[in-house]
Amino acid sequence: MVVKVRLRKITIIAERLLRDQLLDLLKRHGTSGWTITAVEGEGSRGVHASEWEGRNVQIETLVSPDISGGIMKEIGERYFEDWAIIVYASDVDVLRGEKYLP
Amino acid sequence: MNLIAENLISPVVLCFVLGIVARWIKSDLALPEPIYQGLSIYLLLAIGLKGGSALAVTPLAELWAPALVTLVIGVVTPISAYFLIRRVGRLGIEDSAAVAAHYGSVSVVTFLAAMEAVKRAGFTGETYLPALVAVLEVPGIIIALLFAGSGGNGGSWKRALHEVVTGKSIVLLVGGLVIGALSGPEKLVDVEPFFVSAFKGALCIFMIELGLSAGKRLRDVGRAGGRLLFLGCALPVFHGLLGVLGATLAGMSVGGAAVLGAMAASASYIAAPAAVRVALPKANPAYYLTLALGITFPFNLALGIPLYQYLANLFASWL
Repeated sequence: MVVKVRLRKITIIAERLLRDQLLDLLKRHGTSGWTITAVEGEGSRGVHASEWEGRNVQIETLVSPDISGGIMKEIGERYFEDWAIIVYASDVDVLRGEKYLP
Repeated sequence: MNLIAENLISPVVLCFVLGIVARWIKSDLALPEPIYQGLSIYLLLAIGLKGGSALAVTPLAELWAPALVTLVIGVVTPISAYFLIRRVGRLGIEDSAAVAAHYGSVSVVTFLAAMEAVKRAGFTGETYLPALVAVLEVPGIIIALLFAGSGGNGGSWKRALHEVVTGKSIVLLVGGLVIGALSGPEKLVDVEPFFVSAFKGALCIFMIELGLSAGKRLRDVGRAGGRLLFLGCALPVFHGLLGVLGATLAGMSVGGAAVLGAMAASASYIAAPAAVRVALPKANPAYYLTLALGITFPFNLALGIPLYQYLANLFASWL
């Protein structure tokens, strides 16, 4: 019998320069892990300073619903004004879900 | 005129033009990112090793005056750039500081192109010049960021400093210098086939990528307006003049003075953009990238380097 747990998947797409800061932030909020991919895209900001630094990063993490709000709020307050960054979250059913809960 | 044509017709410069043309005709030509990253590591380390092996055999007495002049240039150019951009370019404080950081630092590829041009013209630059590139790279960025110190509260100072000092260009340049200086010319013979013989070919491929990126920026040049276009050409001339003059006074050769002039005139676009983005997130990247890469780099490549050579010859005959 497979047990599924309902968690939140937070997806952050940001300039690569923010990578380490964002991972720090996630760690501080108690996430247990993440997956990073290099992605390309275009948005309302146009020019990226990091043309030299390569592609954007997409960070995905699975968290319990009660900490997802805090993470999204802090990212919004810190980075939305000056940086190219997108954050969204969705409900997901996760196998072995207890692994991702603190 | 002859000097200009002689400078333009070379594989390195023409590869840059090829990149611009490829972008212009919307070719699918693109350098894969790992190759671009790999080439930049190769080029920076090769420059460091070469300069380091020269340091091993250069007496300190010959070195201190050029190093001091380079440091002074690194302090003066961001200040002059800041005030010119603020007054003539009429940009805001943060944008001006961001642009000044780029002009205060040095473009390694402009340095390489100047070395090539000087060699083709029959002069030789001092072999320790790569060490001066490392000296010039950092102070300009830091001083320019100080201008925005009061207004720039959105960014993080510690992160920016970390970004400049531990960025790959400084780590590879300084690391190469140390390795080269410790090994000395004899032991570097082992790695010469890779780092010396293949160097110019690798530079050509790198120039194609720079051309592609500059081509992308060229489209923004029209939108930048006349004032910025003027500054993108006037700043390198002014800084180049200072560099050639300082180098001549420090007793450097004609070739060395021309190269130091080109270094002072150049605007960084590898170390500076990352540091500026972190320290001054409110500054508009379109200004500093367009000026550094879209205007000043091609200007130096085509007209600046021959001009600094001419000035170096002129000053050498006066002093």
